[in-house]
Amino acid sequence: MIDGAMDADITLDIRNLETHFAADPGVSKAVDGVSFTVRRNETLAVVGESGSGKSVTSLSVMRLIPTPPGRIAGGEILFRGRDGRVRDLARLSEKEMRSVRGNEIGMIFQEPMTSLNPVYSVGDQIGEALRYHQGMDRKAARAEALALLKKVGIPAAERRLDEFPHQMSGGMRQRVMIAMALACRPTLLIADEPTTALDVTIQAQILDLMRRLQAETGTSILFITHNLGVVAEIAHRVVVMYSGRVVEEGDVRSLFKNPRHPYTRGLLACMPNLGQSRGEAARLEAIPGNVPSPMNRPKGCTFAPRCPWAEPACTTAEPALEPVSPDHSARCRRWRDLP
Amino acid sequence: MASLPAQQPADTAVPVAGARPRSRSPFALLMRRLFRRPLVVVAFILLLAILAVAVLAPWIAPFNPMKMDILGRLKPPSAAHWFGTDEFGRDVLSRIMLGAQLSLLVGLLVVIVATVLGTLMGLAAGYVRRLDGPLMRVTDALMAFPDILLAIAFMAALGPSLYNVVLALGIVYTPRVARVVRAAALVVREMPYVEAATALGATSPRIVFLHILPNLVSPILVQATFIFAYAILTEAALSFLGVGVPPTTPTWGNMIAGAQQYFQQADWLILFPGFAIVLTVLSLQIVGDGLRDALDPRLQKVT
Repeated sequence: MIDGAMDADITLDIRNLETHFAADPGVSKAVDGVSFTVRRNETLAVVGESGSGKSVTSLSVMRLIPTPPGRIAGGEILFRGRDGRVRDLARLSEKEMRSVRGNEIGMIFQEPMTSLNPVYSVGDQIGEALRYHQGMDRKAARAEALALLKKVGIPAAERRLDEFPHQMSGGMRQRVMIAMALACRPTLLIADEPTTALDVTIQAQILDLMRRLQAETGTSILFITHNLGVVAEIAHRVVVMYSGRVVEEGDVRSLFKNPRHPYTRGLLACMPNLGQSRGEAARLEAIPGNVPSPMNRPKGCTFAPRCPWAEPACTTAEPALEPVSPDHSARCRRWRDLP
Repeated sequence: MASLPAQQPADTAVPVAGARPRSRSPFALLMRRLFRRPLVVVAFILLLAILAVAVLAPWIAPFNPMKMDILGRLKPPSAAHWFGTDEFGRDVLSRIMLGAQLSLLVGLLVVIVATVLGTLMGLAAGYVRRLDGPLMRVTDALMAFPDILLAIAFMAALGPSLYNVVLALGIVYTPRVARVVRAAALVVREMPYVEAATALGATSPRIVFLHILPNLVSPILVQATFIFAYAILTEAALSFLGVGVPPTTPTWGNMIAGAQQYFQQADWLILFPGFAIVLTVLSLQIVGDGLRDALDPRLQKVT
């Protein structure tokens, strides 16, 4: 049976997840042995460049990987439901999974402009999950949708309820998406780059809203992003992914203050900084090169070819994820040597 | 003059006070865009008039369309018989009115058959990857034949009757709908809101019929209008060739077919049913064109 030893405080426990895509020829290991946990009431940010496997990880949790060509090839996705029962999402039937999606796990997508169906009013769309999962009738779902719209801070909610997505701005639509995702009071909310498509002031409002809603509902949030500024705003803990693997993991303070993986350091150095001095030092740093293709990863540490600290030993064997401190670990054989 | 400035504030104040953003459904927006063009409005009114005549034919027809009058045969248009009489002395206007009923009925039924079959076929091909290839090869095969030829072949197999005409034309026009629906479904299927619906726990049938299909209504509607026009035209052609609706039934095609041999002496026998066909088909085409234009901003996104 499923490991009963999962800490009661843990909502999601991903163990050694492998998600592969069939490619021609060979197999593309988009997610290659990823493990992390999300605790109750916690926001875990998963950070990485495009192609690091962060979105595939979140889609694996929802079992929304397009199959074929994709499939979850190994590992466990242990999820504690509302009733306290722990289930392995990787092994649930499609039917059981449907009762989890939108009900126990909510999801917010990146594109608020196209993630709402243009032919239904927002009230109908928010109510859909309620009618579907909780068997509410039209009237009750409408009342609940109205309450949700108010909760996500949409002004004149009574009027907005009957509006169509094309009548709303991007920020408004993202609020509607959040209302939809939270409609059934999920225990886990997956947010896949929810603020990427929004402009900065709206970003801040949406992050604020998510923080407030988390405080109210106690939902765990799995937050996928490539924006470290957003991470600093909202996350309690951070997982840095690179090339399908977790390379560093820790609580947000120690990871930002004391990054122990060269990749994390590189990401932090890529952030523009107002306090930076002018002149030569003001040049924005970039990590040279690209994420290696999941079809053809280098031997040893996958970051070694782009790493300024790499030494010959780095390219022979893959380093393990070593604990740096009780709540911080890094996958780098030279983490002690980093300045 | 002096009263004008005094009125103006009151005039503008009214719309401002009532100018809260009204909730407009996509349908209301469509109607507004559709009727912005005068030609479309004219065609639409004409269609409604033809429809009214067809529905009310038994009551408003000046004569019994079946009643023969040997003494009054092949009479040119007159005050009593506006469109003249045919070779049996029957009133052509009354027969055209009844013919409208039958021709529109055939057109409508063909639209229903072709739209339902084509939509199901297109959705299956567009959503289920495995079915896409086989279904589209079937539509390719059907579309390789000219409409009339295929319809004649079906009629030869089915035998002449009104409902066989509907069935034959329905099958002939199914591939057109199926193609359009498939193409649009392929695009809509990949839209984030479909993924979002999956993420809400919706089942596949629910996604196909509640989330994808409503987004395909515009292209289907446009196709349906054109098929309506084609169906009326092809039915007339079939009847004219003698393989359509049995000749005793006064459809427009049958009337023209029957008038062939009297054309030299009584050209009104061909002209008036011909006008009826032209007017109906043209109106439908104009409305269809208008619909396509009105839906254009969305069509560009969908197809």
